[in-house]
Amino acid sequence: MNSVGEECIELKQTYDSCFNKWFADKFLKGLAEEDKDCSNIFTAYQSCVKKALKSQNISLAEVEKDVLGTSEENQPPNSS
Amino acid sequence: MKFYEGSSTIKFSWEQVAQGLWQRYPNPESSHVLSEDTVVRKIIGHQLHSKRILTKTNRMPKWGERLINARNVSIIEESIVDPEKKELCTYTRNVGLTKVMTCVEKVIYKPSPENPQWTVAERKAWIDSKIFGFGYAIQKFGIERYKKNIHKTTLGFTYALNRLFPVVDNYVETPNSHHLTLEERKQRLKEAARETAKRAKELAQEKAGPIYAACEGVKS
Repeated sequence: MNSVGEECIELKQTYDSCFNKWFADKFLKGLAEEDKDCSNIFTAYQSCVKKALKSQNISLAEVEKDVLGTSEENQPPNSS
Repeated sequence: MKFYEGSSTIKFSWEQVAQGLWQRYPNPESSHVLSEDTVVRKIIGHQLHSKRILTKTNRMPKWGERLINARNVSIIEESIVDPEKKELCTYTRNVGLTKVMTCVEKVIYKPSPENPQWTVAERKAWIDSKIFGFGYAIQKFGIERYKKNIHKTTLGFTYALNRLFPVVDNYVETPNSHHLTLEERKQRLKEAARETAKRAKELAQEKAGPIYAACEGVKS
């Protein structure tokens, strides 16, 4: 799968492989501790993606904003 | 504002669906998804909180193309995975073109009450447009497109899950099978493979079967 920044593809693939393995082998089995190796790759990957987003004028603030689990989250219409 | 509510069953376990979420792209139904990146990921307590940014093509009817130049739209998917509760929640919204239309979708995946080896996806969506003069038409277009896409989304996700977790439970080693000749074993494996392919095809063709409860909001 492509990345928003072409230059980030390799980092993305390395990170995704690391994360998918950790997620299946550790996280889903109740070991909710961050993997140091994955975290290091993630830092490099994130930095690349943020640069790409900036160059495409996509607002980082909007991207990183929390909506799920907050009062900003959409609610179903009233059943009246 | 148009609201939609529905649910569908995915014949894979909750753990498989949770893994599949991160690996669903690309699939034969996702040619409109151009890129996918994780931008935030952290563990809060025992939950995994993530945010992904996706770029999708913005497919519109001809009259829309006259209003909007942008061919692609950015979408943020927030998610929380709770392995203790076995609940995965995604909240997706567009961050580009919000002045034209906002499309928000919340999906909660949990083990199916029908069968603990299956997963139920409970979906809610809100489509809104405040554009003067065209708001209503845009909302109508938006909700129709959304409903059509649920089927494609489910097909695509199921395809990805089949690829990650191929069904091989048809051929079971019985205590007597080691007495089978090589030819007999080959024949059994061929039959099992045929069954697997048949099941994969059935799963891919399964319709979402949503329960519609679309409500039309009052025009603002």
